[in-house]
Amino acid sequence: MVRILLFGLAALLAASSLVGCSKQDSTSQADGDDFQVAFVYVGPVGDGGWTYAHNEGRLYLEKNAGVKTTMVENIAEGAEAEQAIRNLARKENDVIFTTSFGFMDPTEAVAQEFPNVKFIHVTGFKKNSTNFANLMGAMESMRYLAGMIAGARATEDDSRIIGAVEPFPIAEVIRLLNAFALGVRVTCPDCQIHIRWINSWFDPVREKEAAQSLLEAGADVIVTGCDSPGPVVAAAQAGKWGIGYDSMNACASVPERCLTATYWNWGPVYADMVRQIREGTWKPADYYFEADSGIVALLGFEEGQTPAAGVPASVVPKIKDLHARMKKGEFTRFDVFRGPLRDNRGKEILSADAKLTQEDLEGLSKLPDRPDCTVCMGWLVEGIVGTIPAR
Amino acid sequence: MRLRVEPRLVPSRLVRFGAPVTGLLAGLLLSAGMLELFGISSPRALAAIVQSGFAGGLYAISDTLTVATPLILCGLACALAFKARLWNVGAEGQLFLGAWAATGVAIALLPEGTPGWLAIPAMAAAGFAAGAAWGAVPGALKARFGTSEILTSLMLVYVAAHWNNYFIYSAWSDRGFQMTRLFPRAFWLPRVADLASIWPGAAGLTLHVGFFLALLLAAAFWFVMFRTRFGFELKVSGISEKTAHYAGMPVKRNIVLVLVLSGGLAGLAGACEVAGVVHRLQENFLPGYGFTAILVAWLARLNPAAIVLVSFLLSGLLVGAREVQPSGIAMMLQGIVLTCVVAADFFSSNRIRRVP
Repeated sequence: MVRILLFGLAALLAASSLVGCSKQDSTSQADGDDFQVAFVYVGPVGDGGWTYAHNEGRLYLEKNAGVKTTMVENIAEGAEAEQAIRNLARKENDVIFTTSFGFMDPTEAVAQEFPNVKFIHVTGFKKNSTNFANLMGAMESMRYLAGMIAGARATEDDSRIIGAVEPFPIAEVIRLLNAFALGVRVTCPDCQIHIRWINSWFDPVREKEAAQSLLEAGADVIVTGCDSPGPVVAAAQAGKWGIGYDSMNACASVPERCLTATYWNWGPVYADMVRQIREGTWKPADYYFEADSGIVALLGFEEGQTPAAGVPASVVPKIKDLHARMKKGEFTRFDVFRGPLRDNRGKEILSADAKLTQEDLEGLSKLPDRPDCTVCMGWLVEGIVGTIPAR
Repeated sequence: MRLRVEPRLVPSRLVRFGAPVTGLLAGLLLSAGMLELFGISSPRALAAIVQSGFAGGLYAISDTLTVATPLILCGLACALAFKARLWNVGAEGQLFLGAWAATGVAIALLPEGTPGWLAIPAMAAAGFAAGAAWGAVPGALKARFGTSEILTSLMLVYVAAHWNNYFIYSAWSDRGFQMTRLFPRAFWLPRVADLASIWPGAAGLTLHVGFFLALLLAAAFWFVMFRTRFGFELKVSGISEKTAHYAGMPVKRNIVLVLVLSGGLAGLAGACEVAGVVHRLQENFLPGYGFTAILVAWLARLNPAAIVLVSFLLSGLLVGAREVQPSGIAMMLQGIVLTCVVAADFFSSNRIRRVP
């Protein structure tokens, strides 16, 4: 029965495509030996945040790797995603980057259909053995440094409260929040980090409201894990300090009141992936890049940058030193989350000098060929005032 | 010389069909001009849109009909309510709830080993029921208190979105990720690509049987509207509620019933999207079909056959426009074309006459 229905559909398709003068995709780029890389974005490039940063990476790739690139933006994560990805695969692209968590299943499905095209998904947890990988960077390392700056600032201002505007209580967000809080407690051991979950990645109004509520609670510094510059602006308007996220433009609207921003610098890693693919040495894997790859950055501390005026001079050498060690690969995400760690209810998470595993950091379990997490990222470290909404 | 706008008493056939076509052509012409302004070759861009949306072989048609499926269902949902002059603008929310309920049945209610012939109808029924319940709320409020269904149905869209997010991020979250787990393979709506083992050409054709359901319901819509008493009562209420009341028709009951059915159709669209396309519930998987459907219903003049046609054309435009990047330009093109078509529609029921 079902098969008859399906054949009916197929016949209908065939008939209508005949009517529509079926020319098999002759328009797709036929310029043979050019290496083509395509990107699928969930948002518009103009979001000034997540997608903007990926597009900067694409432009870097075009400039530095000598490949042709295209992008499709504003793609919803349902029917549209699979269609858009398949369309790019059919147009003889050699590599396709899909840059939103919700693109995971469609990327996997299309990768299976096009074994000669390489697919890199940012960011998720699936891969295959031939042509489909996932990729992420250790933003937590930069968040740790940003926390140290925030703690130093609060100490200098004689405040003990720092506010964090957070999107959703998922492992990735919790990891970055915890790393930030651990950084704060380095420079301000008795500081408290108040949080507001806004349950949205991008909602300028609610982001700003959450920041205002934190400012009313006495926060001296506002950090954001969401995509708009709203919280940073709200902090500036209240005469306090902000820390931005996602792209290096995060501070652009209020540079004098913005301490720093932790931002993505996808270009070098993209170029490296493409180079390996062209040389034939690339293997699908769970790629997770540390600061030494250049994938994550701290505004004011990268080459050619100077720290913002609001960063207390006393802490600058400390940050510069640790930042340099991170860039050399001497201090990694596993050092950020080194024991002893306690959660904010007093329970011991990690004993002295114990370390988390990659699966713990990402909260991964029940995946083929990877161990399960045991201390799965689902707790808030000491110093954070707030809870993770119950599951 | 003065000009006066006056209604056409009996629009001629030529005008009724000529106006939208003229509007479409005008829209394309204006779009071409805009493209040239942006330095994009308009013949190439328009050819790419047509190629990718309509004429690019099986893939193009399959992609377009996949997008058309929820548009047809939500278009019918809107048209049903609009026939009775009930402004259900919350199809988007009813769609969300339908997707939610179908997901609930698939991952929380039915055991993993349930056969597909049982699970799929159950998911569809749950989707319909949830959408219907979401439509019943504005319906009941309207019938009992005279509350504006425009406001209530619209506000409930946002409630539905948050409701879904709670389940996606918390109650049904897959290992803490922002999605539910995948439905068992047997629960997926059959799609053309399933034939790939017998016919290799089918690989990648994602059109699913939900499309048949949409066509079937379009036929059912026609039957109910033009061949049943209920349909007649709806049209009378739509023209004059007082007349309907005076004629002894159950006006209040019909208000609720219409919004229940309308919500149910939209809910079914949601069930089809999760069962036929995404195979799990996740965030941000719907690009606003429920709102686009309002436009579909109007452009089709609430006629079910026209809803199918308009959905097909609009879907082709949506799919094809992805060829034009950045997406802002594509959205502008869609806006120009639709505005022109809607504007032309005005002239099919009105005319401008010179007054001496």
